[in-house]
Amino acid sequence: MSALTALARLEAVAARRARPLATVRHCHLSATPLVVIPLRLAGEAGAPLAVMLGGARDEPVLLAVPQPRNRDLRFAFAAELGKVLLEYVEASRGVAEDLGPSKDGEDRVRYTGAPQLVLPNTGGVAFLRLLGRSTRFRRTEGEHAVEPAVPALGRWLTWFAERRDRPGSSLTLALTEALRLHWATGQSSVEDANLAALLGWIDPPDGLDGPAAATIAEDPARTPPAGPATDPKFDNDVLAPAIAAFDEGADGAGERVREALRTQLAPTWELCWRALDLLAALPEGASVAGRWERDRDAFTHFHQTFAEGVPQARRDSAVGAARRLHRLERAQESYEAQRAFDDPLVMAEYRLEGLAFGGTVTEADPERLDESGKRPKLRPRLRVATEDPLRLEPGATVCDAARPKVKGKIVEYGAGEVLVELTGGLGKKLTPEPGTVPEAGARVVFTSVTEGSFGPARFPEHEETPWTHGGPPAEYVPDARDAGEAWS
Amino acid sequence: MTDDAPDLRRLRGDAPARNHDARTIAALTANPGCSRRGLLDAAGVDKQAVADHLGFAPRFGQSQFAITRGNSFEAQVKADGCAALLALLRGDLGLDVPAVTSADLAPRGEGRAARHAETRRALGRALSVGGGALLDHPMLVLDIAGRPAYLEPDVLALQLAGRLHVVEIKSFAVVDGQAEPEQVAAAARQAAVYVLALRRLVAELGHDPQRVAHDVFLVCPQNFSNRPVATPLDVRPQLAVLERQLTRLTRVDAILGELPDELSFALDDALPESVRAVEARYAPECLSSCEMAFFCREEARACGATGSLGRALRDDLGGVESVEAALALAAGAADVPPELAETAERLRLAARLRGEALGTAG
Ligand code: SF4
Repeated sequence: MSALTALARLEAVAARRARPLATVRHCHLSATPLVVIPLRLAGEAGAPLAVMLGGARDEPVLLAVPQPRNRDLRFAFAAELGKVLLEYVEASRGVAEDLGPSKDGEDRVRYTGAPQLVLPNTGGVAFLRLLGRSTRFRRTEGEHAVEPAVPALGRWLTWFAERRDRPGSSLTLALTEALRLHWATGQSSVEDANLAALLGWIDPPDGLDGPAAATIAEDPARTPPAGPATDPKFDNDVLAPAIAAFDEGADGAGERVREALRTQLAPTWELCWRALDLLAALPEGASVAGRWERDRDAFTHFHQTFAEGVPQARRDSAVGAARRLHRLERAQESYEAQRAFDDPLVMAEYRLEGLAFGGTVTEADPERLDESGKRPKLRPRLRVATEDPLRLEPGATVCDAARPKVKGKIVEYGAGEVLVELTGGLGKKLTPEPGTVPEAGARVVFTSVTEGSFGPARFPEHEETPWTHGGPPAEYVPDARDAGEAWS
Repeated sequence: MTDDAPDLRRLRGDAPARNHDARTIAALTANPGCSRRGLLDAAGVDKQAVADHLGFAPRFGQSQFAITRGNSFEAQVKADGCAALLALLRGDLGLDVPAVTSADLAPRGEGRAARHAETRRALGRALSVGGGALLDHPMLVLDIAGRPAYLEPDVLALQLAGRLHVVEIKSFAVVDGQAEPEQVAAAARQAAVYVLALRRLVAELGHDPQRVAHDVFLVCPQNFSNRPVATPLDVRPQLAVLERQLTRLTRVDAILGELPDELSFALDDALPESVRAVEARYAPECLSSCEMAFFCREEARACGATGSLGRALRDDLGGVESVEAALALAAGAADVPPELAETAERLRLAARLRGEALGTAG
């Protein structure tokens, strides 16, 4: 945590209300998200209990397993969930935009839309990943045949889970995480993991302040947990008797289980939509649309190759894992840089570290030419008064945070003043394009941060995996054991 | 022994002493600077009852579904003289497991001291004879803050080729060779407590404590099934932490020396005052490890302690303990003590940058 975040949290304690950590929204919000709140049976890794989901606030769909230990009921649930999810995925993709042929002549398309799953917390995301793992290898024929929607559900959930590892992806949002990116509360990260408590700090109900709202939110009797774990007292007092009645074949017992689960899910449903409202009220960051485009590319690719694809392997091969890690690191770098360019409050982190500085232009020489070479070059200079503790040496390359294309380098630094020479992004002529060189009196921020400085990855091809990494991996072909894996 | 020390019995208000278990000891060592917990635990006070009485009931309830699942899995692994467990060690881990003699040392009503004596005897026998031996529910003792504490016996000790291994049966799943890291970490911390207690006992019996292996066996359900899978777990790192933290625990006698003679945690009107008399050191980690957490959190928040926001934040503030003081530094308070000069400068800078970015700069 940085001193800036620390300070924001101290301010929140004093104000008894959350304080902003961002001035713009850093995640994409779909106009048609699918809110998904899963619950699982306590003590079991992958036993779903229920899920409340849907894309319309006033029309939540409730799917429940009246006896979570019953394998057939569990698969019936997975099939139902699969159908809802597939229908949503199809509805979300819009039309295919033709992007023209790529360099190697292949036709490229991108869907105008993509699905967005919204979960209350990271626990819910992890549970969906497990649910994906437990269903994607199932077969639709033979001894352990299941409905086609079951393995399809598994493959889609796995795809969502894997895509989520990519920094800046908005295909799956965990609301606690999304909110924490934009607000600091006066409680610890442990307590922030509770969606209701977090929202209590950010937007307390009338007449309450953050701590008071969080206290109500923490009491499972007044605010059911947002899952995937249920309140143990609810399990023991309400759910267990209802399931027992179902086991005995009592009239309407299935409905009793469902209604019990609905009481636990409905409050979180409301919270999820409130959280989305709060995020939607923030203006969208400039680079959000670009990242969503990458998400749409990934979605388009997966959707178009789904039919001929096979379930994702249980584990990555060594080279696959290294390549993936490299990709993720690059994505992380550029995501962080983009956020800083979008948001002065994030850029402030770099100023605090001395990797950026802000101040007022005291002198500007916009038409300055460097005539030392054969041909004159346009090299405007600026003197910037700053109080920031700069840690960049003369010669360091910087860019204008407001116009990242405008590049320059630090010439001198000392006594609260930086002399910057602009070297690029000013147009092709010997006079700068209008609006590229700040005038005297302007407030500016320059930074050494750039978007993604990594070179392309060099990894051995699949079949050349060194033996130290297990040799070439066999292509993953799910077998009958996968299909018949116990799910009990 | 512990049960009968008069000063500790008085602290409990004559209520029966609570046993420690590996979880409570692991949690205790997670916050070694907390005298309050140290004393309550050493005296065997029922912290849950104390917290309830204070109006800050802890929420450590367990779902009956989880309990049922845990019990049935354990029963399955232990059925027929641990047949499934031994088969697993032979099959999954390829260990050479001979026929074993097993002794179930489960509670049969006698006192803890008597049960500990029985564990001693059984262990002594196994150590001298060598060969395969399985001790179920051994009652172990560990010195905590200068007082011996009994450990709730919920593991197995297995002797193979002259070495003793702790076997922990847990009902969280291992999916494709991976389990939830927090759960594995917690299991490793708990196993380390047993390894240490077992080593001390082995040494007391005149044998080499290194006969207790640092490799423990974790037995969990595999993937989404009931089939058990065994995974060896090296708990040396956890052992090192545990040993260090145990020596850092404030000695109970030292804590007691500072407190009024008549102090007691009996559930009466004086309880809040008695609890407050013992110094606490609240951190958010307490929420998942100590029954007193809601009470201590309230206390920490009421006095504006930065620690209630997490250790990372307190460290960021260079150890400034109060929210008010930190905000004053950020606002540019005069008279900053030299040791806080750096923190103060950073906070002032952060405040200026935040103000600028939010357009609230004055
Ligand atoms: S909750 Fe209180 S008593 Fe328990 S360890 Fe934390 S500070 Fe100590």
